[in-house]
Amino acid sequence: MSGMVEKRGIGTWLTHLSLIAGIAAICFPIYVAFVASTVTQPEIARPPMPLLPGSHFLENYGTALSQGINSPVWLMLMNSSIMALGIAIGKIAISILSAYAIVYFRFPFRMVFFWLIFLTLMLPVEVRIVPTYEVAAGFGMLNSYSGLILPLIASATATFLFRQFFLTVPDELIEAARVDGAGPIRFFIDILLPMSRTNIAALFVILFIYGWNQYLWPLLITTKPEMNTIVMGIKQMFPSGDDVAEWPVIMATALMAMLPPVAVVVFMQGLFVKGLVDTEK
Amino acid sequence: MAQIAFSNLRKSYGKTEVIHGVDTHINDGELIVIVGPSGCGKSTLLRMVAGLETVTSGEIRIDGRVVNDLEPRERDIAMVFQNYALYPHMSVFDNMAYGLKIAKVPQAEIRERVAVAAKMLELEPFLERKPRQLSGGQRQRVAMGRAIVRKPAVFLFDEPLSNLDAKLRVQMRVEIKTLQRRLGVTSLYVTHDQVEAMTLADRIIVMNGGVAEQIGTPLAVYEKPATTFVGGFIGSPPMNFLSVERLQGSGLAASFGEAAPTLAKTVGVRPEHLSFCGEGQAAWSGELVIVEALGAETLAHVRLDDGEVIIVRLDGGRTAPVGESRVHVTCEADKLHFFGTDEKRID
Repeated sequence: MSGMVEKRGIGTWLTHLSLIAGIAAICFPIYVAFVASTVTQPEIARPPMPLLPGSHFLENYGTALSQGINSPVWLMLMNSSIMALGIAIGKIAISILSAYAIVYFRFPFRMVFFWLIFLTLMLPVEVRIVPTYEVAAGFGMLNSYSGLILPLIASATATFLFRQFFLTVPDELIEAARVDGAGPIRFFIDILLPMSRTNIAALFVILFIYGWNQYLWPLLITTKPEMNTIVMGIKQMFPSGDDVAEWPVIMATALMAMLPPVAVVVFMQGLFVKGLVDTEK
Repeated sequence: MAQIAFSNLRKSYGKTEVIHGVDTHINDGELIVIVGPSGCGKSTLLRMVAGLETVTSGEIRIDGRVVNDLEPRERDIAMVFQNYALYPHMSVFDNMAYGLKIAKVPQAEIRERVAVAAKMLELEPFLERKPRQLSGGQRQRVAMGRAIVRKPAVFLFDEPLSNLDAKLRVQMRVEIKTLQRRLGVTSLYVTHDQVEAMTLADRIIVMNGGVAEQIGTPLAVYEKPATTFVGGFIGSPPMNFLSVERLQGSGLAASFGEAAPTLAKTVGVRPEHLSFCGEGQAAWSGELVIVEALGAETLAHVRLDDGEVIIVRLDGGRTAPVGESRVHVTCEADKLHFFGTDEKRID
């Protein structure tokens, strides 16, 4: 780690200690959740709570996956995956195309459209949730994947990001492509898309997690248990009234809900970092 | 192979006209260098030929065909850009092959054409590399290779050497010239470097303020500059300019008779045509300000009595009369260039 401030002796120890403390503070609750997902309900209910994993791992996770409480967790995981993938891919596709139009084509009211898109940054889903629901319901999109995905698909942030990237692509490159005989569509597919590769990857990570974490919108738009997404599903597993909470199953579900976003980050981290720091043109 | 003709070619941005009517005819296989200072319209002119800028009025013909409204790809041209404009995500091979791929040339022929160009440009070891793994000179070669493989009727070069260091520039200059000779493709080459223009060109177009001030072979332009601008721009160090009145009072006037054209306002004389002399033959006298010994040549800066500074070029071995503060300068009468009040040459 050249170039960074070097500390020696006691300084190194202190740094590491505080880092370890920080990691422990974050990891401990996750560890407790894991322990809770491997024991039985009575063991959790009887204080003190155990701090070592029990022997019911397979049983609890099996129950969660196949039955869950309202609906099986595998189904909710699938719903969430479809929604998160749909939102991430849809947002990228739509914003890269609109950024392409705004940067490279001269059409009437071009800047008006740009600012209109930009203005929607000020209107997140929560603000426009009632009219959006009205529209979605009018189109008959309640309890459907399209209802989960489409209203969240427009993205000013991604459009803006792609626009800024396209503006840094040298004009000479476009001219070279024109002289080579590439029309607008070929230029987009052969040159602009591959050059945006790292940006797309970085955005995909961010948008996948954004989609995965959606809570309020799925809660409104889905009423049937088989359309539930995992994030809202966990909340609905909590008992109402005097019912007994199946904590081991709920904890197993919570841990499984964490895995796909973690996997996406881990597998795409290389590209993600490159997308944020790379300036090579 | 093609001929190019401009007839009364004009370009305006809004109400501002930047090219004020250029007429010329370029022969098959000629290398024409368009030279001029920044903002003189030379790049705009080239880009109009490429089809990257629209033509406001007038005509561009390539082989007799008016190309004003054709897309770049329909003009049968290839262009080498200032910053190379290589596709950063493609290998050297793909960069060179891209135009052919779009033109739907068969795979086998693409491979063959790229191989031939790569051999010519000594790029064979680099075909699988990405542009960022190449040096500036190599990137420049790839950009040329991309132009060559298309076998176009016309090559267009937009200041292709301005990003290279001085030594490499001289080397690439020779290579471009050799290559163009060998391929015999009509070429337009834009530069602001008059040395590049002199060494490369079959004919030079000197542009200034959107006007082609002179079109001719390098030596013709050097020896008979059509305007004071051309005289000052072509040649290094530049031509010295003095007012005619001063000449009439000098010793030169006698040997010259009163032959100075009556309308002449300015007289120009190249530094290499000036020499030091005794007081008796002096055309001009002044004080030696600075002497630049460059090895092959020596440049002496002389401040004349009225404050004007002229440059005298001497052969490398000879030194200026150092130590003498007052010097006298003369010149042969037939080496003088006269320009009128409109800055145009008077013969």
